Amino acid sequence: MRAGKALRGVAVAMAGALALTACGGGGEAEDSGPAKLRMTVWSANEAHLKLFTEIADEYRKSHPDVAEIKFDPLPFDTYTTTLTTQIAGGNAPDLAWVFENSAPDFVASGALLPLDDTLKKADGYQYEDISPATLKLWQDDGKLYAYPFSTSPFGVFVNTDMLKKAGQKTPAELIAAGQWTWDNALAAAAATAADSGKAGLVIRDFDYKGWDNLSTFWTGWGARAWSEDGRSCGFNSPEMVDAMTTLHKATFTQKALPGPGTTADFFAGDSAMTITQISRASLLKDGGFGWDLVPLPAGPKGDYAVVGQAGVGVMKKSPHAKQAADFLAFFTNPANSAKLAQFFPAPRQSQLTAETLAKTNPKLKPEQLQKVVIDGITNGVVKPSHSGQAELSQQVRAGLDPLWQPNADVKAVLDGVCAKIQPLLAK
Amino acid sequence: MTQTDTRVGPAAAGPAPGPARPFWTSRRRDQLAAYLFIAPQMLGSVVFVILPLILVLWYSLHEWNVLAGTFDFVGTDNYTALAEDPNLGAVLRATGLFSVGLVVLNLGLALLLAVLLNQRLRGTIVFRTLFFSPVVVSLVAWTIVWGFLLQDNGGINGLLDTVGVNGPNWLRGEGTAMVSVIVVQVFKNVGLNMVLFLAALQGVPGELYEAAEVDGASRMRQFWRITVPLISPTILLTSIITVVGSLQVFAQISVLTQGGPGTSTTVLVYYLYQQAFQFHHFGYGATLSIVLFAIVLALTVLQWQMRKRWVFHES
Repeated sequence: MRAGKALRGVAVAMAGALALTACGGGGEAEDSGPAKLRMTVWSANEAHLKLFTEIADEYRKSHPDVAEIKFDPLPFDTYTTTLTTQIAGGNAPDLAWVFENSAPDFVASGALLPLDDTLKKADGYQYEDISPATLKLWQDDGKLYAYPFSTSPFGVFVNTDMLKKAGQKTPAELIAAGQWTWDNALAAAAATAADSGKAGLVIRDFDYKGWDNLSTFWTGWGARAWSEDGRSCGFNSPEMVDAMTTLHKATFTQKALPGPGTTADFFAGDSAMTITQISRASLLKDGGFGWDLVPLPAGPKGDYAVVGQAGVGVMKKSPHAKQAADFLAFFTNPANSAKLAQFFPAPRQSQLTAETLAKTNPKLKPEQLQKVVIDGITNGVVKPSHSGQAELSQQVRAGLDPLWQPNADVKAVLDGVCAKIQPLLAK
Repeated sequence: MTQTDTRVGPAAAGPAPGPARPFWTSRRRDQLAAYLFIAPQMLGSVVFVILPLILVLWYSLHEWNVLAGTFDFVGTDNYTALAEDPNLGAVLRATGLFSVGLVVLNLGLALLLAVLLNQRLRGTIVFRTLFFSPVVVSLVAWTIVWGFLLQDNGGINGLLDTVGVNGPNWLRGEGTAMVSVIVVQVFKNVGLNMVLFLAALQGVPGELYEAAEVDGASRMRQFWRITVPLISPTILLTSIITVVGSLQVFAQISVLTQGGPGTSTTVLVYYLYQQAFQFHHFGYGATLSIVLFAIVLALTVLQWQMRKRWVFHES
């Protein structure tokens, strides 16, 4: 019985401890006292976070009502899923970065706080300096729901060492000769791939899944994923069929692009060229290979540019939404916008000069900045975005899968994509 | 020690009529202790299993838009949508294919390995360890490494290349993707079933084989007539674990194929994840999880019923 008593004691103690821990795990009461703000971001880059924290520290000096501003990096690949799960779980951040592909969903949902008043009233904000083209995606009914802190054009990074070794003309030479077209770019990529045994051209983050990155290619043919109003499918348009036929040939016949299931990282020296945003210039290592950054080659429809956008919004339900919006106005004011521009091209017209950009982009030459960044932001088509994009995107990905076979029937596959997504677009 | 007293009789059937009987009888104290001991487990089950189950049922009757913060009762709309879902057929087919492939390959290979490694030969310990080691490797790490090996220019095709075979693009072909995912999963977990089978095999009395030998039974006949019946309880256990586990496969699909190519590897759990967490249809996701629950429950009940037919000790 002695042992029995001792065991009973243990059981009581265990149950007690459990009850205590169960009660202790409640939420922190944040409503009283100075605000603690949290902004979810998808960059875990040290230099980025250091700059954000510097701006936040400066803000807190003059705003004692804000005790802490935390930048919370979530994984890039699953960013939107993680963010919405946090919102569903009642753990929403106060401010959040939003990708262009989920912009329509966020903007229309009513989850974000309208920002116009706060931004326009902020001291020295110069709201009218923001290029209207960059705001379009983030507005609904004339209200702005997120600030486009990054409008980043796509360009082509080129490993000039690899091209020269393969006896190819560099894109700079082709541009000078007025011959920087997709035909020539793909031919150079194919020849370099054959010579080096490495990859030719890599459309970064595509990997035969992230199909929206292909808009950097098909826009040159004048193709679009869907119509301007988002209601009809563009995948089986003649322009798209042309563009995709060229891409298919380039991949499976010319071997200018690495096939599905092959990874090649340009910045590690695995490929001759890559299409990506200029913010990736930070991945270039000093003393690596010779490189250049050039605009996208001309397609059959001539010169074009594609931009990716990212916005930052304030969650309406945040208990500190007002402070969060006020901080956002500070975070993106002209002075801080100029600082952020070294990583994220700003939407402010006054800062879109090669001179200003050069100060903060030491790796890029003024003419690269002018041609790729400034011209890109002014004329660029934004990557495809649509409400319910995640579901659409999944359907397109599944629909395009049969295309990535050497003997695919391009037109039939693209018709299939439209059959799949048209019901979603018409919703 | 702290077992609940189940004796039936006047002594244990509650307080006898009579004055001054203390409330805390030794039986009640024992019962209290028992309940306190199971309290942590019970609390865990209630909070993490039973409550979520009820909530999922509740969510499945709602349209829940996480972004807008709306949560509207829609009755059985999600179930109607389920019946009309054009993808559901392909999803259930992929789920069935995965489960059947996994169960057959896993149990077959596990039993084969167990029989081989049950021989008194040199080095069996080394092989047992080798086959068991993937079980303790992190699932995601294991899958990522296989992802690299299965790439078009990955290790497996490199190996095939050396013997002059042009390997397929494993994770990109409609047929090969499913096979790849199954095989990766079989290698991951076959060790666990192997160990269970080994334990069962070692519990088979040796004299039965000696007697069979004397009667002139072949090795094959001994296996089917002695080994299989005697280890049938373990076969039942491993098949239930494997079937239930196969229906819950997620990480491998998420890492290796994301449900592709097309929808060829979109199994039910992955589809549920897409609907709820990627497309923000939490209500519909909950409905799909009710379907999954029903399937797992039905299969488990079926297997449990079938045990009477073919499990040796149950007849």
